Amino acid sequence: MTEPVLSVRNLRVEFPTRRGTLTAVDDVSFDIMPGEVLGVVGESGAGKSMTGNAVIGLLEPPGRIASGAVFLKGQRIDKLPPDAMRRIRGKRIGMVFQDPLTSLDPLYRIGDQLIETITTHARVSTGVARARAVSLLAEAGIPAPEARIDNYPHQFSGGMRQRVVLALALAAEPELVIADEPTTALDVSVQAQIIALLKRLCTQHGVAVMLITHDMGVIAETADRVAVMYAGRIAEIGPVREVIKSPFHPYTRGLMGSIPSLDSEADRLVQIPGSMPRLTAIPPGCAFNPRCPHVFARCVLERPSLLPLGRSQAACWLYDDEAAGVADIAEAAP
Amino acid sequence: MSGEPLVQVEELTRVYDVSKPWLNRVIERSPRQLLTAAADVTFAIDRNETLALVGESGSGKSTVAKMVVGLVPPTTGEVVIDGVSMTHPKQQAARQRLRRRIQMIFQDPFASLNPRWRVDDIIAEPLRAFRLVKGRREQKARVAELLGVVGLHPADGRKYPHEFSGGQRQRVAIARALSSQPEFIVCDEPTSALDVSVQAQILNLMRDLQAQFGLTYLFISHNLAVVRHMANRIGVMYLGRLVEVAPARELFVAPRHPYTRMLLDAVPDLDLSGRRRKPVEGEIPNPINPPSGCPFHPRCPYAFERCRAERPALIAAGPAFVACHAIEEGRIGPGVGLLGRAIDPVPAAS
Repeated sequence: MTEPVLSVRNLRVEFPTRRGTLTAVDDVSFDIMPGEVLGVVGESGAGKSMTGNAVIGLLEPPGRIASGAVFLKGQRIDKLPPDAMRRIRGKRIGMVFQDPLTSLDPLYRIGDQLIETITTHARVSTGVARARAVSLLAEAGIPAPEARIDNYPHQFSGGMRQRVVLALALAAEPELVIADEPTTALDVSVQAQIIALLKRLCTQHGVAVMLITHDMGVIAETADRVAVMYAGRIAEIGPVREVIKSPFHPYTRGLMGSIPSLDSEADRLVQIPGSMPRLTAIPPGCAFNPRCPHVFARCVLERPSLLPLGRSQAACWLYDDEAAGVADIAEAAP
Repeated sequence: MSGEPLVQVEELTRVYDVSKPWLNRVIERSPRQLLTAAADVTFAIDRNETLALVGESGSGKSTVAKMVVGLVPPTTGEVVIDGVSMTHPKQQAARQRLRRRIQMIFQDPFASLNPRWRVDDIIAEPLRAFRLVKGRREQKARVAELLGVVGLHPADGRKYPHEFSGGQRQRVAIARALSSQPEFIVCDEPTSALDVSVQAQILNLMRDLQAQFGLTYLFISHNLAVVRHMANRIGVMYLGRLVEVAPARELFVAPRHPYTRMLLDAVPDLDLSGRRRKPVEGEIPNPINPPSGCPFHPRCPYAFERCRAERPALIAAGPAFVACHAIEEGRIGPGVGLLGRAIDPVPAAS
């Protein structure tokens, strides 16, 4: 069996505040295999970006990893000193953020930013780095890269800028790319271009991707597997097709039902009552229990861990007593 | 009531002057620069109907929404609501009476509610402004009723906006919009700032309220799936112009304008049907220097000479209206929409 590129084990991220400690990410574990795209989906405050930031060591203080471990190709990286971590970022882990305007320095030509990234992480001359930068831009679909390389970020449109950021993320030939809402700031038509590009580039370079987004559509188009997060925990994780077509966790079901679809004639959308709990008030037991239509005594008392269900895993007590539970929920499902 | 539409919008155009200051223009000899945010937008909305405007950023949909409610005066063109012009100087008094019947819901519920006011006062403001209630007690009862209508608790009225989540704030904004018992509500991206599960709650609520109070909506959104769910008819905007207006179902079954087809193709496929997405070329051009002729021609796979030279007008094509030379000449028929049903070719307009 091949070794996962990224392995996260029982990750817990805490924010000490005056009014007690907030747990933003709680006991999260997952693997990403080489060449795989893992989608991490959830609503705002679900802890998906926090998980990504914890992996690359960019948690904003006072946030900190309270327990758990992060392994990159078997090497533990969550306890590295800042200097060593900085060498890993950019070199072994590439990053793409939501807003391309803030991830590019407005005062430097994009060529300089690409060349700097390449020469920092590889011992090559500026000339070689420049040639490589041009070919990266061409690969990212920037027309006339020889001329555009000397432009400043403001001379590019939003979609083009995000292409530059993708080129920048792949400049040092990383093993893993963490893309945090890479298409959220873009229009649908441009979004489709960027998704296709991200997927193509990562397949070509054999890069594993952690794709963080709130948009199930983007996940469906891009990811191989998906982790659904709720209140800092993984509610369900599994192959994209399974999670979208036959979700197990009641939250995933509600989430899928609440997305308006282009070809449905339904008058009403499925609606999950209430809203996600604030981090200060996560209920005991299963975090979803106050909103869950199938809640029972155990949900309030005990926190469920991920249970294997076919090729997926879901953290829900309904499936603990498997045979009976599955039959039950299948009937109850809409 | 009469059969004529509640809202009629005639050739609405809004031009912004984005020139540099006078001195710079003189020194640098740069010409005036005009940005046409909306051009020749014409549509009508029937009572109890939802018309949606969709388009990407910069397509002018919000500008049209603001002109319809009168927040932005049109450069040319006219908005007539229930027979009263929103611009005609002689109809000032009638317009004042009309104001109560028009309301707006904005995109960002964090910016559209005054953070220093209690929710009670926010919702009661239209009641006071239009003198719809007499005395504190009646006002209190009415506010409590409105909070109940949008699914909040009457006791929530004592709170400030920051104590609510995004979805709850949008409910407050809806309660405020409903307080003057409007007939027509303009909704500018009402759910774009919300998470999907909350969006579902708000969309369901808006449909319920429409049925309950007989509301007419002008619904602005960039999200085609949301529009599909809400609208009876849909207008697609591109660079300030309407390129297609069609009944909602028709637009998705048989999209006609090449831009509409492109937009539909670009929507991520949640059904995992393996539908091949056509890579979309290019981006929206700069509205300061829009392309000549049809604004879409630089990105259009069907563009030919005439499209570069002459701007197409909206013409009837089946149940839809399309601004496209290729459709008019019958060179392309309606596209195969998402339901995979191709329909008979468009009769070429005379």
